[in-house]
Amino acid sequence: MTAAYPQILLKGRHPDRILTLAEYRTQGGYQALAHVLDKQTPEQVRHRVSEALLLGRGGAAFPAGRKMETVPEDAPHPRYVICNADEMEPGTFKDRVLLHTSPHLLIEGMIIAAYAVSAERGIIFIRPEYENAARILERELAIARDNNLLGDDILGSGYGFELSVHRSAGRYICGEVTAQINALMGRRPNPQQPPPYPTVAGLWGKPTLVQNVETFACIPSIMTQGADWFRQLALTDSGAGSKLFCISGRVNRPGVYELPLGIPLSEIIEEHAGGMRPGSRFKACLPGGASTGFLPAEHYHIPMDFDSLHKVGNRLGTGAIMVFDQTVCLVAATVNLMAFFARESCGWCTPCREGLPYLLTLLERIEAGEGRAEDPDIIATMCRQLYMSYCAFAPGAAAPVESLLTHFRDEVQAHISARRCPLATQAALGEVS
Amino acid sequence: MTLPEALHRSLTALIGQCEHPAEHAVDVLYALQAHFGYLSDEAIQQAAGLLGMSPLKLEELATFYTFLYRRPVGHYVIHVCDSLMCWLEGYESIRDYLSRRLAIGMGETTADGLFTLLPVCCIGYCDRAPAMLINRKVYGELTPEKIDTILENLRNAHQGIRPSSRTGAQTP
Repeated sequence: MTAAYPQILLKGRHPDRILTLAEYRTQGGYQALAHVLDKQTPEQVRHRVSEALLLGRGGAAFPAGRKMETVPEDAPHPRYVICNADEMEPGTFKDRVLLHTSPHLLIEGMIIAAYAVSAERGIIFIRPEYENAARILERELAIARDNNLLGDDILGSGYGFELSVHRSAGRYICGEVTAQINALMGRRPNPQQPPPYPTVAGLWGKPTLVQNVETFACIPSIMTQGADWFRQLALTDSGAGSKLFCISGRVNRPGVYELPLGIPLSEIIEEHAGGMRPGSRFKACLPGGASTGFLPAEHYHIPMDFDSLHKVGNRLGTGAIMVFDQTVCLVAATVNLMAFFARESCGWCTPCREGLPYLLTLLERIEAGEGRAEDPDIIATMCRQLYMSYCAFAPGAAAPVESLLTHFRDEVQAHISARRCPLATQAALGEVS
Repeated sequence: MTLPEALHRSLTALIGQCEHPAEHAVDVLYALQAHFGYLSDEAIQQAAGLLGMSPLKLEELATFYTFLYRRPVGHYVIHVCDSLMCWLEGYESIRDYLSRRLAIGMGETTADGLFTLLPVCCIGYCDRAPAMLINRKVYGELTPEKIDTILENLRNAHQGIRPSSRTGAQTP
């Protein structure tokens, strides 16, 4: 069924193993790199990536080409390229699948991106839960090196680039770019507010380009097929490219599906994920990970691209769709999310460290049937306070809570009025945190 | 107490080949954790010495990260995912079942020192919920029966007995 749309990132996907270097090359792999090193300047690469309107696929959707352009021409060396493989946004597992499908696609994308900013060294920062992928990457990097795709003189071009794997020891905040850079320097991974931006002074004070796994993976085909081609893959004018959508929850076939940006949410659920489970009716979903808002049923047909979700006050984020049916209490779901955020706070700034546990307590009380009439307004006020925090983590935590109040106020009110959870999906979640 | 010479040599070599030794702080902590069983005070001191960093800086890291253990842990560390999709698919019953089978609560270690039970946030296996890690190896689509087999196999492995094939252990 998914063969109806072009498979670029997941091209040649095997169900249970990676594409070998030979297989990757047979289907056109490393031709982009060869062409870039032979025929194109770094500036031309940056320009094409900008024209393609490739937005970062790790959740923040920052334009990748523009990020490359922020490395000053006269910036010092060595320069670094970091692959953010710290995928830890709840509901998100696309990078896990991509790493187990086509590691050479990532490698090729990183080398091209490194060339575009004249970087000498690359690091794949990978979460410890993906140990299997880390070993696969180390093995494939060695194979790439043996085939002159990495090292001092890649494909005889004179361009040199070294790439290695760095294993994190695990915490969600390590996925935040400046925290990740701190982690790589052996420091406690607190975020570090710019300026300077990492592309100006990042790892060890040198220019550092950080991108998500999927973002790098888009680069080779943009170089061979062009910016226009990439933009036109999307079903909407505002979108560009294909996207790895994860889907899980009350659907028959959870998994990762490569689909055009702008595809309707209903089509993803019904055509690709096998539809809602028997007896399940769509109530809401989170469209792009835990840091997005609950999307109610009125948006069941929404085109899934960055712009369309932004227009309804939501975000595409990582494109990790979590589907809820009529049996799920969204207050209970929000308690779970807030327990996650409270526990994963790095603890460094006060609004986040103190605000998240307080929000969790308020929500737990509502779920337990002990909510007070004034609690929704207190929650709304606390959410606004979260925006005063030092990094984007706490505002992300506010997103599902604010959407609960906006779109499911009745459900919250029912808990307070009835003095119990009307759905009683799960027992009181006192132990979750 | 000093480190075994082979370990000391390999860590020194690892650190030596890098322009910035601190880049290997986590790697060194992982290696010392594997040797000492957890990051004891001694392990922190050793790490500080090898890396040329202050013990306090290593303490900051050892107490921050999910997979670095500043207190003793069992031979097998079980991390049960309690994030949204696993919660939806039955995290609480999985947690309760494990707790009953092992006769320990969250954060505790069995008396025989074999298992420690901990929660963990989303491990990226939402399509195979509910899921858990044991020593960082993934087990998904958990049921009480699967859990019984997994625990039995691990106990047997610890005693040098061959595992059964019914674990449903991870594929990527």
